[in-house]
Amino acid sequence: MNWRPIAGIVLRQIYLMRGSPVRLFPMVTWVAIDIVLWGFITRYLNTVSGGGMDFVPTLLGGVLLWDFCTRIMQGVTTAFLEDVWSRNFLNLFASPLSISEYITGLVITSVVTSSIGVLIMLLLATGLFHLQFFSLGLPLLGFLTVLFVFGITLGIFASAIVLRLGPASEWLLWPLPALLSPFAAVFYPLSVLPHWMQWVAHALPPSYVFEGMRALLSGGSFPGMLLLQATLVAALELLLAAYFYGRVYRHAVRTGLLARYSAESAA
Amino acid sequence: MTTSRTPIESDRPALRARHLRKMYGAVTAVDDISFTVNSGEIVGLLGPNGAGKTTTINMVLGVLAATSGRVEIDGIDIARQRARALARTNFAAVYAALPGNLTVAENLRFFGLLYGIAPLRRRVEQLLHEFDLLHLRHTKCGLLSSGEQTRAALAKALLNRPQLLLLDEPMASLDPSAAQTIRAKIKALAAQDHCGILWTSHNMNEVEAVCDRVLFLSHGKALLEGNPRTLPREHGSATLEDLFIRVAREPLAAGAANP
Repeated sequence: MNWRPIAGIVLRQIYLMRGSPVRLFPMVTWVAIDIVLWGFITRYLNTVSGGGMDFVPTLLGGVLLWDFCTRIMQGVTTAFLEDVWSRNFLNLFASPLSISEYITGLVITSVVTSSIGVLIMLLLATGLFHLQFFSLGLPLLGFLTVLFVFGITLGIFASAIVLRLGPASEWLLWPLPALLSPFAAVFYPLSVLPHWMQWVAHALPPSYVFEGMRALLSGGSFPGMLLLQATLVAALELLLAAYFYGRVYRHAVRTGLLARYSAESAA
Repeated sequence: MTTSRTPIESDRPALRARHLRKMYGAVTAVDDISFTVNSGEIVGLLGPNGAGKTTTINMVLGVLAATSGRVEIDGIDIARQRARALARTNFAAVYAALPGNLTVAENLRFFGLLYGIAPLRRRVEQLLHEFDLLHLRHTKCGLLSSGEQTRAALAKALLNRPQLLLLDEPMASLDPSAAQTIRAKIKALAAQDHCGILWTSHNMNEVEAVCDRVLFLSHGKALLEGNPRTLPREHGSATLEDLFIRVAREPLAAGAANP
């Protein structure tokens, strides 16, 4: 891999932000709304529960971690969609840029953009609602890594779907995190889910992360096994997503889809 | 990457396409065509709409896989060493405008990084100057006139000093004066930098003025090849345009007339 083409993909996103600062607005607004909304809900729940349970770390911590994962996914997907919207595929893929360099550029772009949102969430959650996010200690690093990898996986998978089905299929992507969230068990233990939903949940690394987080918050020991399982599932799914993207790209080159991509072609 | 060329490299044809074929199911878009573009040569790829010109260009650029056949850019097989081959080529096409939400200078820096150009800043300044884009450097490409967009696309196409340049209707949006200036630049590029150029156009006067050789395609087949100034007479037509019309309307008859 060559660093220059990767830097090009990242630089393009920086230029877009600089040229249109209004792009920062949704990155800041939605995360702020999420934290404020869930912050007040947790505050209310703390009041009605009579102080028996502190909902701030479980609910607000869950919101923050799940948002971190979805921001990473949206960061990858949005950077990819910039090329769809500007009909730039021919210019991009007729250059020496390799697929792995392109994906790496999208991932770095996503880290930069999602970090802004997560930082704002963290500041609001800590400042307004006294969330002690780092009280989870070292396992937090593991949880964040798993969610980061899964966010990238979703982003690569979603980009492959758009590449395969055409620009109009972007509307299938935005609800994807919401569709997965009931299975990810962000706000409740896996045991409350019906049996078939638990099976689906086991295929999603975030479900292990949130189970581990709740175990830690309820005074349990370091959830090493959950973290290991989550890491293995996340790594496997990342490899599968990269393989899927490669297949879709080769199909697009073989069928002429890549060359004709500027046309609206969602099936 | 280096942007200079070694003598050994310039001895090889800039482009060699061998037995290229592209099929979409039962439809044959390009049917077993072979041709070369030598260093310093401008070859016109001509033919009516749907003849297979853009399909051929897309296969050369590696964005469309050939069903069979082989493409070598400066002796490098694009199917085996895609990045190396594409580092030596570039293109401009009316249907592949630069991203409209980036300025001219930003686009050149962005693509300069994709092509691994160093030192990039100097090369960008040079191209902005060469294509009279200095006053438009901070203008978003989407706000440029079509002629200015063409100049910006050509500047991008020359970023890496390509050994092979593919130009798909490059003058389509330029006024006659701007077109003449750009034509002169491209001819100089072929003569001085020994860049091989594959040029498609429907403007036969332009083709006669610019191209050293032309290749007529129709229904995916290569029917005629030769010097654009002598080819019409050789095939009983008064002008290149007459020959074009004849090939477009009666491709098989024109093919049969080929001595």
